[in-house]
Amino acid sequence: MPFIPHTEEEIRQMLDAIRVSDIDELFSEIPGGLHSGKLTSVPSGISEMDVGRIMLARSRQDGHYINFIGGGVYEHHIPAAVWELTTRGEFYTAYTPYQAEASQGTLQLLYEYQTMMSSLMALDVSNASLYEGASALAEAVLAAARARKKLNKVVIPRTVNPRYRKVVESIVRNQRIELVEIPFSVTEGTIDIDVLRAFDKGSVAAVVVPQPNYFGLLEDVDTLTDVAHELDALVIGLVNPTAMALLRPPGRWGADGADIVVGEGQPLGIPLSSGGPYMGFMCCRNKYVRQIPGRIVGRTRDDKGNEGFTLTLQAREQHIRRSKATSNICTNQGLMVVAATIYMSLLGPEGLRRVAARCHHNTNILLAKLTAIDGVYRCFETPFFHESVVRLDQPVADVLRAIEAQGINGGIDLSEDYPELGNALLTCATETRTVDEIENYATHLDRIMSRRSLDPPCAEKVAG
Amino acid sequence: MSEIPSELRYTKSHEWIRTMDDGNLEVGITQHAQEMLGDMVFVELPEVGSTLGGGEDCAVVESVKAASDIYAPIAGEIVEVNDLLRDAPETVNNDPYGDGWLFRMRPVDEGELDELLDAEGYTGVVAADS
Repeated sequence: MPFIPHTEEEIRQMLDAIRVSDIDELFSEIPGGLHSGKLTSVPSGISEMDVGRIMLARSRQDGHYINFIGGGVYEHHIPAAVWELTTRGEFYTAYTPYQAEASQGTLQLLYEYQTMMSSLMALDVSNASLYEGASALAEAVLAAARARKKLNKVVIPRTVNPRYRKVVESIVRNQRIELVEIPFSVTEGTIDIDVLRAFDKGSVAAVVVPQPNYFGLLEDVDTLTDVAHELDALVIGLVNPTAMALLRPPGRWGADGADIVVGEGQPLGIPLSSGGPYMGFMCCRNKYVRQIPGRIVGRTRDDKGNEGFTLTLQAREQHIRRSKATSNICTNQGLMVVAATIYMSLLGPEGLRRVAARCHHNTNILLAKLTAIDGVYRCFETPFFHESVVRLDQPVADVLRAIEAQGINGGIDLSEDYPELGNALLTCATETRTVDEIENYATHLDRIMSRRSLDPPCAEKVAG
Repeated sequence: MSEIPSELRYTKSHEWIRTMDDGNLEVGITQHAQEMLGDMVFVELPEVGSTLGGGEDCAVVESVKAASDIYAPIAGEIVEVNDLLRDAPETVNNDPYGDGWLFRMRPVDEGELDELLDAEGYTGVVAADS
């Protein structure tokens, strides 16, 4: 249904019909003291041309860099068709339908999205998306705690993105859930499984297992899943969706597979956009479908036997269950889901697998070229997906600043979040990076590293 | 007028209670309640062995339009739950006072039963509801 505003004439006709002289009269029961009046802190409107000028100036401030930064969101090629279709009015301006079943097109699209995600993760059920990856992880922790009722301890390894851990802590802190951090091996870069084994059986509600982890490395997900299940804990997988086209999906980890899986859906056709909007995904086994939050679309038949789509399992949601709801979310990232669904449709499983393989290939080249430089070393020999860590013999922040001046975003400085790794740099090359760009990065890095290790020109040469 | 068996006791929240031969209590929801809720799609039952205070929420009946909490009528321990409802939740609609029972519990203090409504008292609750 398109939005068509009323003309002055139509407004006058309606007011006459109900015998009211002007619109303000309809608000007359609100006491005068509560009227906001003119909003004095809001500046007056300006013309479209002037707005355009301001926004252009601001966008130029962002600059334009060759991007080697990963760390949770990734630059991928987005086929032109994705946003050509997603920005169609039917998708772009439609709000969350309140009479959902009247929007069969929207519901069908969400159902297709859910089908693709559960297939990619090899699990039974997917919801219609959440806000983004970090809060999706928090929702998974809450869902697992609900499913395991009396248990409130959830294990989160330090190899999970530090910002995700912070978000989860903020969200679950006042819901009486205890987050227990477990360490990683400083040589391997992966979770210390023996620490997990040492927990008492039945003491932990769930274990979060990242794949790949924040360092880009592959965890031993089979062993981690089996050990967690032996402890009677649920396994919450935290995965990169592109990686799942190449690696074994969470539904097939270990003997019984992961129980709930979440992650950031941005890599599936959503641009980086300075931080958002993105979308979180959540999939789970049938057994936990009543514990997970978010909208779920189902396929059914109407009373005439025609196939149709509906929102289902709504009794879990807050507009019905209120404080006992699984979450306060009763929406999804609809527009992002449209983009992701079109992206996955265009690429198909084979296309997504090729993107994943190319990313891995490019990161291999990147690491080889960077570690050929004096003073740059591989931090971990552990297999990685499309990013990994190098150690520099100089402070990372200074090096990154110098390389930024060359129009390159070299990666993420890990030294603050992981001081035990020393001068560590997390760097990533997706399928969008060319060999020339990688060589350019290496050339500049080489120059920067070697110049910085020379004495400054005015240093005194001391004999002997 | 909804069926309200005279030999049972009732709560204001529409649970019925039957004292069984072994002294345990059988609990379900009334005809009036299942009519109001509509077709049941799912029943979440308490864990056998869990101890509950009187009035504590211990189960959930989910219909197509609502999910309602069920409360323990008096303090006690859950000794049995109706597993039939896992695959056939509609039994609560079809036979609310018989096969649609939800759980059985061993009461801490049988005397507390006297504080519950009898059939006449519950009739008043239903009338007020209409």
